Amino acid sequence: MFDYETLRVIWWALLGTLLIGFAVMDGFDFGIAALLRVLSRTDDERLVLLETIEPTWEGNQVWFVLGGGAAFAAWPQLYAVSFSGMYLAIFVVLLAFIMRPVGFNFRGKIHDARWRNLWDWVLTASGVVVMLVSGVAFGNLFLGVPFQFDDNLRMTWQGGFFDLLHPFALIAGLVSLTMLLTHGACWAAYKADHVVADRAVRVARWTTLAYVVFYVAAGIWLAYGVAGYAIVGPVVTDGVSNPLHKEVAHGSSWFASYMRYPWFWIAPVLGVLGALGVQMSVGKKNLGCFIASTAMVAGTILSAGFALFPFLLPSSLDPRSSLTVWDASSSRGTLGLMLAMTLIFLPLIIIYTSWVYRVLRGRVTLEHVRQSGHTY
Amino acid sequence: MIDPEVVTLSRMQFALTALYHFLFVPLTLGLVWILAIMESVYVMTGREVWKRMVQFWGVLFGINFAMGVATGVTMEFQFGMNWAYYAHYVGDVFGTPLAIEGLMAFFLEGTLVGLFFMGWSRISRVAHLLVTWFLALATSLSALWILIANGWMQNPVGSAFNADTMRMEVTSFAEVMFNPVAQAKFVHTVSAGYVLGSMFVLSISAWYLLRGRNVDFAKRSMTVAASFGLAAALSVVVLGDESGYAVSENQKMKMAAIEAMWETEPAPASFTLFGIPDVENRTTHYALRIPWVMGLIGTRSIDKPIPGIANLVEDTKGRIHDGILAYDAMLVLREDKNNAQAKAILATHDKDMGYALLLKRFMDDPRHATPADIQKAADSTIPNVPVLFWSFRVMVACGFYFIALFAVMFWQASKRQLDKRRWLLKLAFWSLPLPWLAAELGWIVAEYGRQPWAIEGVLPTALGVSSVTTGQVWTSLGGFVLFYSALAIVDAALMLKYARKGPEGLGLWPPVEPEPPVATVAAHAGV
Repeated sequence: MFDYETLRVIWWALLGTLLIGFAVMDGFDFGIAALLRVLSRTDDERLVLLETIEPTWEGNQVWFVLGGGAAFAAWPQLYAVSFSGMYLAIFVVLLAFIMRPVGFNFRGKIHDARWRNLWDWVLTASGVVVMLVSGVAFGNLFLGVPFQFDDNLRMTWQGGFFDLLHPFALIAGLVSLTMLLTHGACWAAYKADHVVADRAVRVARWTTLAYVVFYVAAGIWLAYGVAGYAIVGPVVTDGVSNPLHKEVAHGSSWFASYMRYPWFWIAPVLGVLGALGVQMSVGKKNLGCFIASTAMVAGTILSAGFALFPFLLPSSLDPRSSLTVWDASSSRGTLGLMLAMTLIFLPLIIIYTSWVYRVLRGRVTLEHVRQSGHTY
Repeated sequence: MIDPEVVTLSRMQFALTALYHFLFVPLTLGLVWILAIMESVYVMTGREVWKRMVQFWGVLFGINFAMGVATGVTMEFQFGMNWAYYAHYVGDVFGTPLAIEGLMAFFLEGTLVGLFFMGWSRISRVAHLLVTWFLALATSLSALWILIANGWMQNPVGSAFNADTMRMEVTSFAEVMFNPVAQAKFVHTVSAGYVLGSMFVLSISAWYLLRGRNVDFAKRSMTVAASFGLAAALSVVVLGDESGYAVSENQKMKMAAIEAMWETEPAPASFTLFGIPDVENRTTHYALRIPWVMGLIGTRSIDKPIPGIANLVEDTKGRIHDGILAYDAMLVLREDKNNAQAKAILATHDKDMGYALLLKRFMDDPRHATPADIQKAADSTIPNVPVLFWSFRVMVACGFYFIALFAVMFWQASKRQLDKRRWLLKLAFWSLPLPWLAAELGWIVAEYGRQPWAIEGVLPTALGVSSVTTGQVWTSLGGFVLFYSALAIVDAALMLKYARKGPEGLGLWPPVEPEPPVATVAAHAGV
């Protein structure tokens, strides 16, 4: 139906969609987990805050699992290089992901203050770690990472965990952290009892401000302090998926694609407008703030994805090995089949997810939590 | 060269995390259907008792489900983290079922599980029942897609090697989906999960009866578990035989190792009931053989022989030779795209390319292999015979024992005498760990038995490993041992705590609504 080139662009867009889906849906769960000890002071208040996400976080986390599975199937080299290259960073994220389901479930199983305190800290840590480390990892994409392929496309990586902690990457980590803290606080402001929601409003005001500062700083740094990568010579968009068939130069600007396609500017504008929307609507404690923070999250991720296009993962060690949209995908047949599956199932997922959120609508109040006990 | 220590550590880590994950998955698979059955009875009869049963077993399900999800994420991550060349080499084929699993099953499962616990008062009875049914369906569908992926590792159909991209690519997705090995594995594995779930409910209920607690609750639970368990145990064995047939068709070496069949026997081969496999001398001591049985199981005939290990090693040597030709042709083509001769060689021998890659464990360039190297590589295709031999036998023994136990329990339940024989209740209680043992042994037979291949005949395990350092893998392995041990202790303690508390301890029992006396009267009528 589609030619190979179009399919690759569609799957690049779908990778972005999954990433945004993950950040938007799972992002507020992470934000709330990280703010657990900030937004709620008593055990009842913690139950309120947790109940705003407890029935749905499991489904939200599937965005992440699906993102991994889809990257494996559609961009196998991206999956292989990034996961094995950033081994210890991914391992830390993985531990955070392991502790979440058990944290949510085990916390309520024993009525003991120390027990609950322990799991509260675990949840807080898991939220902070995932938000921070995924931002740092994303920041490294712009810097390029040290890998190369041999003739059999076997990858070697030269660099360790601490090489990932470049100051630019750390700023990217702070962008991610403040963005998702805001997103979580907006959800709490909309969904939690007013005692908790009031605190969430105050937190969101500060975190959005911090987000804007970090985001703009990262943008300026990217423009003036980080050299971009570019494919030189002929670009074959429908060739075989072998990264070694092209030449890449390091030294251009990451803003080149914004110059080439001016409509790309929609993305950063959306990010900043979203932040403005959060500031304006957060005090009203309605869904408006959450919608604004969703726009902020989507705009931020899009702006990064657009800047990188057509790169997925540039190599600082051997620029030619860099993975791009044009040479790191699965075969045409696999991309086509997976697209068909996505077109069938993604709408269904959105329908039943919406239904579940509708069933669970309404503010979680202290009174309700005190009455219902806790069975999850 | 590939660092053999990284390979060993990565394999240990994968085995550890997979075996650990597989402690929780089968229980989820089985218990969720028992919940669906109980809740169906509740909706049909409207009796509160059954709702309370769903809620109580649901608490235990929830603790277990959380662990299943937590450890499942690890499995997906590891393909990229520890097996990067594997991920590159087969992602085009292997990644697809994983992604479809997410889209079709895991999303549904993850979205509905919250509603199962929190939705009792928010949606109607029928809507809640539908949630439970879809939850059950989704867990089994999840298993289907994972086992389609795994089945392809055992029997890589519907795909071909592409020398330009250096990887396997899909040629027919229908073949991947309807892979007979995958289908056989699916039905065998999910029924094993159903057995495990049934045994879980049966054993804990037996314990209540032994203590004289929640008698009515326990008897009803036991009746459901015994009926579901009997059906499941029967299908595990019948479908396990199907699985065995699929193995003997496609993984002859695994079959020979399970049987410790060193030399090809004249057809029909006999089944070795007992014996001590001797790897050194390639023989089995004290073998107790039943004539014909193996031939019938393995080939469904009395005239087809089952090849022995020695013969298979000889065949492998031939395929390594052909594989080297293909490997050489691929390198020629890399320099000269239009070399017709190399193209022809690659086209005839590309199915043997994987056999040349077996040599990569011993040297960088397979083209320089001496006959001694080829012998060594061919010998390396023999899996660990005693481990497979014994794992298989213990697993099968467990399977037959489950049929017997569930049949007796079912008989007792239909006579309404579940609480009459204390020794039977004790037996049921002490049988609790056996399905776990059988499931883990089944994993060992299937996955350890496919070594040294990650993808049978296509990609050797050692080659699939990532470019990581031993330090990195030691760190993660240590981390997993630490975290998983801590979680295992907490999980076991919580399971025990809630099983001990029982439905009455959670305020679920006795049900608020006065129960119509029919069932209890009938239960005591035969006293």
